[in-house]
Amino acid sequence: MENFEYAHPAKLKDAIAMLGANWSDAAVLAGGTDLLSLMKDYVEKPKRVVNVKGIGELEGIHTGKQGIMIGALVSVEELRTNSSIAKDFPSLVQAAAGIASAQIRTMGTVAGDLCQRPRCWYFRNGFGLLAQDADGKSLVPGGENKYHAILGNDGPAYFVSPSSLAPALIALGANGTITGPSGSREIPLANFFLIPKSASEREHALKPNEILTRITIPAASQGLHNATYEIRQREMLDWPLATASVSFRLDGSTIRSPRIILGHVAPIPWSATAAETLIAGHSLSEELSEQVGEAAVRGARPLSQNKFKVQLARVAVKRALLAALIQGA
Amino acid sequence: MAEYKWPPAEKRSLIGKRIPRIDGPAKSSGRAKYTYDLNRPGMLHAKLAFSPYAHAKVTGIDTSVAEKMSGVKAVQIIFPVGTEVHWAGQEIVAVAAETEEQARDAARAVRIQYDVMAHMVSDVPPDRAGANIVNSGEVKEGDPAKAFQEADIVHEGYYGNTQVVHCCLEPHGQVAEWQGDKLTVWASTQNVSGIGGEFAKSLTAKGIPVDVANVVIICQMMGGGFGAKFAADPWGVACAQLAKTTGRPVKLMLERDQELMEAGSRPTLYARVKIAGKKDGTLTAWQSDAWGTSGPQAQSPLNLPYLFRFPNRIANFTAVLTNTGPTRAWRAPNAPQQCYVTMCPFDDLAAKVPMDPVEMYRKNFPILGPRVKEYAEQLTIASGLMDWKSKWHPRGDTRPGSIKRGVGVALHTWGGGGRSSTCQVRINPDGSVEVSLGSQDLGTGNRTVIGIVAAETLGLPLEMVHVNIGDSRYPPSGSSGGSTTVGSVSSSTRVTATDALNQLFAKLAPVLGVTADRLEATDSRVQVINDSSKGLDWKQACAKLGGTSIIATNQMSRDIISAGVGGVQMAEVSVDIETGVIRVDKMVAVQDCGLVINMTTAESQVYGALIFGINYSLYEEKIMDQQTGRHLNPNMEFYKLAGMNDIGELVVHMMTGPGYDERGPIGLGEPPTVSPGPALSNAVANAIGVRVPELPMTPDRVLAALGKA
Repeated sequence: MENFEYAHPAKLKDAIAMLGANWSDAAVLAGGTDLLSLMKDYVEKPKRVVNVKGIGELEGIHTGKQGIMIGALVSVEELRTNSSIAKDFPSLVQAAAGIASAQIRTMGTVAGDLCQRPRCWYFRNGFGLLAQDADGKSLVPGGENKYHAILGNDGPAYFVSPSSLAPALIALGANGTITGPSGSREIPLANFFLIPKSASEREHALKPNEILTRITIPAASQGLHNATYEIRQREMLDWPLATASVSFRLDGSTIRSPRIILGHVAPIPWSATAAETLIAGHSLSEELSEQVGEAAVRGARPLSQNKFKVQLARVAVKRALLAALIQGA
Repeated sequence: MAEYKWPPAEKRSLIGKRIPRIDGPAKSSGRAKYTYDLNRPGMLHAKLAFSPYAHAKVTGIDTSVAEKMSGVKAVQIIFPVGTEVHWAGQEIVAVAAETEEQARDAARAVRIQYDVMAHMVSDVPPDRAGANIVNSGEVKEGDPAKAFQEADIVHEGYYGNTQVVHCCLEPHGQVAEWQGDKLTVWASTQNVSGIGGEFAKSLTAKGIPVDVANVVIICQMMGGGFGAKFAADPWGVACAQLAKTTGRPVKLMLERDQELMEAGSRPTLYARVKIAGKKDGTLTAWQSDAWGTSGPQAQSPLNLPYLFRFPNRIANFTAVLTNTGPTRAWRAPNAPQQCYVTMCPFDDLAAKVPMDPVEMYRKNFPILGPRVKEYAEQLTIASGLMDWKSKWHPRGDTRPGSIKRGVGVALHTWGGGGRSSTCQVRINPDGSVEVSLGSQDLGTGNRTVIGIVAAETLGLPLEMVHVNIGDSRYPPSGSSGGSTTVGSVSSSTRVTATDALNQLFAKLAPVLGVTADRLEATDSRVQVINDSSKGLDWKQACAKLGGTSIIATNQMSRDIISAGVGGVQMAEVSVDIETGVIRVDKMVAVQDCGLVINMTTAESQVYGALIFGINYSLYEEKIMDQQTGRHLNPNMEFYKLAGMNDIGELVVHMMTGPGYDERGPIGLGEPPTVSPGPALSNAVANAIGVRVPELPMTPDRVLAALGKA
């Protein structure tokens, strides 16, 4: 990795002041499970590394009237084993458990999971987030794209959003709090993720001098059901090939307010709105869940090597819905 | 001349028993030092600058910036201007600095100019490879055209093995240190006695004259080689050059990406196969058009089919030249690929007959080569351990649900045999025993095997014998390749320990009042045969040596070892036909290796081979990008290996007793690696009803075979 200046502030305010106007000025270090490998591979070359692990105000899971507030520094393992979360939000526990490495769950943080960079192997091999050759042409459509996007892939971005927790959090209606030099703002987490349109853009709404400081999940409503279904090849630590997180309220046997969010199939956690419409107001059957899975991938445009991911996304939605129905809140 | 033979079963106190490896505590406690762990006083660290291009000519190398960087002590050009680079990742320059980080930074600061040339890294069939092919011609036996015409059943299919690498957990590398004109290299090598000469020759050619007698190679602990670590390698020679230039020890270990890009891979093998037989399952004809790449060099033609001797056969092989990187011997070189493109079409034909493949193997024993007697027994034992009869069903699991289960079988052979090996056994007056030979333990348990043979021969417990290996100053012993190590070292150790013991008997015969041929060593005693009251404790006996140790040195004898083993493997899998994800439920391996020296480490070799097989069958794949010529997954994240929960239940059964033991020890590292591919692929076909034609059987390939992707 390149040499860098190291800072270890104790206050959020100080940490933000240490960030810069450009991404190359500084990087935020929390668990380090992604940043360190990016730096070792010379993909990220920040002039300064700001370690936020000592900032107490970013820690802890707090339950209040608005719901559950999760500090940025809460580890994935802490999230996975929290009893309030387990009681109301099994989809989040399942998503966290999908990170099948105790080491990464223990070191990695919730905000780090949301802010980690894509795993696209062109990006990680130094070809940039948009995987472009010297002429600005993307290497992905004509290259090795079996793990790339099948939705939201009009270009120039073809990577998939790597976050394990984001689909579940978005399906639960979570908000994210972003703190910068001029204070904090809270946005729906669904709006946190962006599809970059140029090489200078990033895949999320943070500015270089901002930190994602908190996630808030609204209190579980009566009859809330939710689940995450992940398809990955190996039992051991392995990136998901496709995931689906769903949540809905069960009114008798009628589905109300469904949310269906796909993971690892698009540059952002993918909201399957047509599928949500199809299911709202109906009672769930295996047949309907299959139709909903079908609707969730209707707009998919697979690349040369990843048609199989359409099938996987379809199945993930079906299985997540059926799992949510039986496990519920 | 002494007669050398193995003790009969009733006389074996150690051989064939379950014995923990003698270096186990050191390894499991972390005290064992691998090459990567070694740090010599004053040692520098070296890193490599390598080509980002798959095919290019080096036109300029500017090391001036790197040389001036903090901590940098020396720069060594490995491949000079004018060199044609044949794969991305080829090393060009090595830089030595005070710290690893400084060396890495400096290696990145080396400016190398290239004339970039056209590359080919796609593993394409010959008809799409342009001029980059070498056809080795057609092999024809019998009258295949007529046989296909007259056949009751004909099957045609395509089968392929994509590229995998060795992925040694300890990468290649070494620490080099000079003292005057003497060079010591601590290397991660399969060839302790062999690479010294290579270092001497290469260094002398590069202007550093050094005699092979002045080169010492040391490898005490090793994190795997699998066929990739026989050579000094250009980076090894560069490391020694840097050590000479700087006058300090230098460590150069490949980083993970370099290890996966250029430290060896397995040649690919693809084939369009046509296979024919009679209604009763008797095979009659084979036809194959096969191709594969072994990188920029044409690989030698691969004989097909594997194992079967068809009366009518026509086979064609074309080597495709690519810039994917160099291949190296990969655990049973070529046999897993050949076995795969043979046993899968065999299984497909069986499904078409239709016939239980176990029965069809039996039906074709007349053309299955020299190990059919073993196969006959092994198929029966494997069937029992797998509960084959109740689990096997005609192709396609018809039970409801998305999880389909199936079983598959394959069988294999391998040579083994021995390489030259010299051993020295020293019996000291204090009763201590040292056995020394320039062999190496790749992690197989070789050190323990040597100890067991010496201890058994001398009638001592294992802990009384000190084994010295992993150092080229010991008597030379062959490299560990071709499953020859145990055959070589068990033979040389048995022979030499017998010689040493006979010398001891000669000294003691007058003391005990009998001739030497009436003495035996057993239970830590030297005593008169059939009269244990007349004898001495081992220590008392050795004390009679006075001040002089017995030192015996001798070679291995081919009379007490042999070559040629057989094995049968069965696999049981569950396949989710909606996701294409395969789970290995169980694998059974029934294997022979002649006389088993240590049951524990023999079984471990087979367990390891099954895991190796699960990896290359389901997960491992070197992904090359034709646009950039680059290897995209030179890491442990997307170059996938199984975790514990991906492996399933493994059952290993070693064949022992009459028919096996009398053949003497035969190496075991490679044979059980051969069958897992077809056994698993056949199990998947049995489960889902269709063939997944290529390994690894990733979800995309499984779903494509099912028509769902």
